[in-house]
Amino acid sequence: MPGRELHSEINRRTFVCSAALPALCAGVAFAASSSRREAQYYEKLPNQKIRCKLCPRECVIDDRERGYCGVRENEKGTYYTLVHSRPCSVHVDPIEKKPLFHFYPGTLAFSLATAGCNVNCKFCQNWEISQARPEQVRSAEMTPNQVAALARENECVSIAYTYSEPVVFYEYVYDTAVAGKAQGVKSVVISNGYIQDEPLRRLCGQVEAIKIDLKAFSEKFYREVVNGELKPVLQSLVTIQKQKTWLEIVYLVIPTLNDSDQELRALSQWIQRELGPDVPIHFTRFHPQYLLKNLPVTPLATLERAKKIADAEGLHYAYIGNVPGHPAENTYCPRCHEPVVERTAFMIRKTSLRNGTCAKCAAPIAGRWNKG
Amino acid sequence: MPKSPPADRRQFLTATVALPLLSAVDTKSSVPKSRIVVAHDPDVLLSLSGRVDSNRLYRLLNDGIQALAGTDSPREGWQRFVRPADVVGLKVNCLAGKGLSTSVQLTEAIEQCLQEAGVRPENIIVWDRHSNDLENAGFRVVTDRRRPRCYGNDIGGYESELMTWGSVGSLVSSTLVRTCSVIINLPVLKDHGIAGITVALKNLFGAVHNPNKYHLNVGNPYVADVFMLPPIRSKVRLTICEAIVAQYEGGPPFMPQWCWPMRSLILGSDPVALDYTGWQIIEDKRREKGLKPLAAVGRNPAWLAVAADNEHRLGTNDPGRIDVLRIV
Repeated sequence: MPGRELHSEINRRTFVCSAALPALCAGVAFAASSSRREAQYYEKLPNQKIRCKLCPRECVIDDRERGYCGVRENEKGTYYTLVHSRPCSVHVDPIEKKPLFHFYPGTLAFSLATAGCNVNCKFCQNWEISQARPEQVRSAEMTPNQVAALARENECVSIAYTYSEPVVFYEYVYDTAVAGKAQGVKSVVISNGYIQDEPLRRLCGQVEAIKIDLKAFSEKFYREVVNGELKPVLQSLVTIQKQKTWLEIVYLVIPTLNDSDQELRALSQWIQRELGPDVPIHFTRFHPQYLLKNLPVTPLATLERAKKIADAEGLHYAYIGNVPGHPAENTYCPRCHEPVVERTAFMIRKTSLRNGTCAKCAAPIAGRWNKG
Repeated sequence: MPKSPPADRRQFLTATVALPLLSAVDTKSSVPKSRIVVAHDPDVLLSLSGRVDSNRLYRLLNDGIQALAGTDSPREGWQRFVRPADVVGLKVNCLAGKGLSTSVQLTEAIEQCLQEAGVRPENIIVWDRHSNDLENAGFRVVTDRRRPRCYGNDIGGYESELMTWGSVGSLVSSTLVRTCSVIINLPVLKDHGIAGITVALKNLFGAVHNPNKYHLNVGNPYVADVFMLPPIRSKVRLTICEAIVAQYEGGPPFMPQWCWPMRSLILGSDPVALDYTGWQIIEDKRREKGLKPLAAVGRNPAWLAVAADNEHRLGTNDPGRIDVLRIV
């Protein structure tokens, strides 16, 4: 899930930049008021209504009302995003924190989020910002060019749109990715994948990697726990793969809700069939949060069972996440099974790669790797 | 059990409903019926643009509260709902701007009535979701603690602890939770493009930080569940719905082509009964105008039945248990 790893660092209504990045954010002003920009992907309807076409929810919104995400508003028949250039959370993170394990390991990602989300997961670990409206969190004014410049200054290989849900700040993501590209900084998106196909395809043209939080492999779970739908997310995974944007998947394993052998096997088989064996999947540990406090932390045995099922279905890169020190944090060569990237939590201990191939047997390791 | 309202010359009980209304107790179960007062004054509205006669509005309000409480005077009526020591929040509904929001005149009339009932002016707070909404509806933001205040949740803030009930999890307005001891709910009678209608229960969406999450499934069960959040349920004692001008289609924004001058206030302490009554008024008007019923256009307010069920018990949606008292 987006930004779960930052839970201990993000306090309610605390703008992280103020504490973590005074040096990084020099010259960046706190946003005093809304910075409206006309949104993309909507259609005008009679009587000043609009229909949002950004995510599959397709909210129909009256004048002066907002969509489900809470960050896009109809004003007299024109739809506006309220969060362009208004991040409420900014960090410099290791790319492993996203997690993206096959994307320039050991590099830094300039990570940012605005308020808002287009789903409402009962287990959200960043609900203080994802379920808030822009005016309810402290935010900074940070233009796309400023973000790109700050990323460079902080020696970040990439800009990560993360923590809340980048789909709802789509215009900001897109413009920042363009600005980053112009300044030699890559972009990665950490998303729930609940987005329509057209905006997703367009975004894939500007970003280098996308990590999708696949919340479960059942519509029931998406309906009851996420307030969304599975089918459009699966479509997004296929689209991203077809666009050749680097893709990784996180599956938060929640005891009793999405951890059955049957569901995990169906998921693994679907990935193998529709995306291929080289798409990494991270089975991560759930911690009770937000509206789902009645369930225990995921037992390690459950995570190991999930990985075993994925391995058995032929997936090459199945990881266990949120269990620091576990051997399944490492990347193993699918041919000779030697470790090619060894990790502890977000730290890279050792790499045995040569230009994207296994140093021992020369098998190609899927991903985007540093040269050498 | 409320006393029967005193017979006075201003009171008019419609013949068709007089008999059941006069009986304040359901003889079958001995559970008191919920009284809803529809107070009407054909001369309260000075122009179709919404300008009202403040004196007549004040009188209409007091007649309504007296009829609702069944007391000998309006002052006693108000005192059934507020005590002099209370800090009273007036939850207005200003999203639609001028034209279809709770009016400044009504809130001023209520402020006057509350002060006559002993509430101190500095203990009255007009509030809504956002200060901009208040200003757009003609209110002036006031934070001076020596007089009646007026501000949005953007100034009053939200509680830091998540409150949950059923399908909802929200941060609740600190104005409601901390500042006020009593809330008087002041919605407007109008159609709602998603929830079917927005009257008493739904007006409390303005008390939580994330109402955008609760517009799925025609608002069901969210409208009922938000009202179940403990501070909301315990503090909202009275609803006075402004129906001087009401809207039967195209809401919640102000659509003058679908408004009509109803010239009434609807008062009650049972928000479900009040919503049921308001819903029927809107359905009647839709029928009169040749529009389909809300259910036929996918906007049946099913959350009303949920609000009345055994799990919620926020009031009754059974017309046989609602006394609609119409006064003119």
